Amino acid sequence: MTLDGNAIGGLLLEIFATDLTSAETTCAVCGAVRPVAETTVYLRGPGTVVRCRSCTSVLMVITRVRGRNCVDLSGLEALDVRP
Amino acid sequence: MTSPVSRGFHRLSRPGDAQAAKLPPGQHVTTDFPVLSAGPTPHTPLREWSFSIRRGGRTLRAWTWPELMDLPAETVTVDIHCVTRWSKLGTVWRGVPVPALLDQVTHDAQYVLAFSDGGYTTNLPVQDVTGGQAWLAFDYDGQPLPPEHGGPARLLVPHLYFWKSAKWVRGIELLDHDQPGFWESYGYNNYGDPWREQRYAGD
Amino acid sequence: MAGTAVRGRLIWQVATVATVTDETDAVRTIALDLPGWPGHHAGQHLDVRLTAEDGYSAERSYSIASADGEPVAITVERLDDGEVSPYLTQELRPGDQMEIRGPIGNWFTWGPHDGGPLLLIAGGSGVVPLRAILRHRQRSGSKVPARLLYSSRSLEDVIYRKELDQYRGSAEVRYTLTRRQPPGWGGFSGRVDDAMLARIAWPASQRPLAFICGPTPFVEAVAELLVARHYPESRVKTERFGGA
Repeated sequence: MTLDGNAIGGLLLEIFATDLTSAETTCAVCGAVRPVAETTVYLRGPGTVVRCRSCTSVLMVITRVRGRNCVDLSGLEALDVRP
Repeated sequence: MTSPVSRGFHRLSRPGDAQAAKLPPGQHVTTDFPVLSAGPTPHTPLREWSFSIRRGGRTLRAWTWPELMDLPAETVTVDIHCVTRWSKLGTVWRGVPVPALLDQVTHDAQYVLAFSDGGYTTNLPVQDVTGGQAWLAFDYDGQPLPPEHGGPARLLVPHLYFWKSAKWVRGIELLDHDQPGFWESYGYNNYGDPWREQRYAGD
Repeated sequence: MAGTAVRGRLIWQVATVATVTDETDAVRTIALDLPGWPGHHAGQHLDVRLTAEDGYSAERSYSIASADGEPVAITVERLDDGEVSPYLTQELRPGDQMEIRGPIGNWFTWGPHDGGPLLLIAGGSGVVPLRAILRHRQRSGSKVPARLLYSSRSLEDVIYRKELDQYRGSAEVRYTLTRRQPPGWGGFSGRVDDAMLARIAWPASQRPLAFICGPTPFVEAVAELLVARHYPESRVKTERFGGA
């Protein structure tokens, strides 16, 4: 299912204890800057994949392994929580 | 905190609905065919499509779509098991057995890394894509494989969790040493046997 | 793996269904009793978690239908092949319980301080958060000009019709009916296109703020049309809905 970062607001709230939908992402590949809410999100698979809407590079991957959330943010150059 | 029960709520397909077939642990039967992706659906035109066997940065052998269609194909009926816990029984596919492709090259590789349009990868031991266990599938349920399910062609390896059946596959890289693919790099099991419930790394 | 495992936090609250109201044949509004709810802002959503007797659980997100300061309510559209929406729109009754996480979302929200003029474009059940925005605008006495373009299959499928029609004079509400129109229909029909937007979208020179909500293909098509009309991307806020 292809949605946007609004759809993972609850998941990010659970992991980071703060609303991150308006946090600014910077893509490590193309440098595009946009809020989490406007990224492309792929849900319901083995994990949640967040991609840059400009170049489709992977920004974040969140999986749930044995009941724990595993978060990989290595596709982000930056995540600015209070732009 | 235990969650309160929502009166009257139940999963869509209940255990009673399942066929008498034996399911791997933790799975339930679904009658639909969920579409799960890690990225956008590619739309490679058939005239540009190819499947390659590569090693060490070199293409050893490649097939265009007409060349693939010329290879002997078979129709198989298999059960498929997704790590997200749904299983679909009796799915019908048509494809070229992977050995028909692999046997065209000489190699001593122990592992393969399947790669797809869009960058998805998944790794398997060579013996798991031989011996009647793996196909390059291009028809599903009697129709050309639709793009959302991996068309024009996907890998089909039903004895492992379905993330190993790479959608939009464009080739396999022959490897001496195992290398984790996409989901394997994010916490999923390197092998993925549903019958031993190998979902996550360390299972 | 380069990530870090982080233990989930306890942020689910138990909610009790207070009332259920059928809006259309397939759509129902559910008002919730949620003691300890911190309040929400128009445009936000919440996550619902249902647990079956055998322990199976399912989670879905729903936009909040009510404005800031009003009791929490969600409006759910039944998808025939869904797992959760048929339960919420047909089985659920007052007194039943569910778990709620939220409110969520501080990007797709509007308050009078955000200004305008406002252009709200809804595809089907995408009208829910936009209705909350219009309610908040009215309740707060804001004079920010607002227009809603609401795409629906037919007039019978329009959610909150009576309420939206009463905005006449204070906000402009227009429907486009894509599948069937009643006899003598004088409104828009067919999909939202540039010709339709030429008649309802504020000119870019007025620095409008747009909110688009609905299914992914709808949102992306409309966003592209607005950007082609020179709306800056930062002034076009989108929320895509998915199934089940």
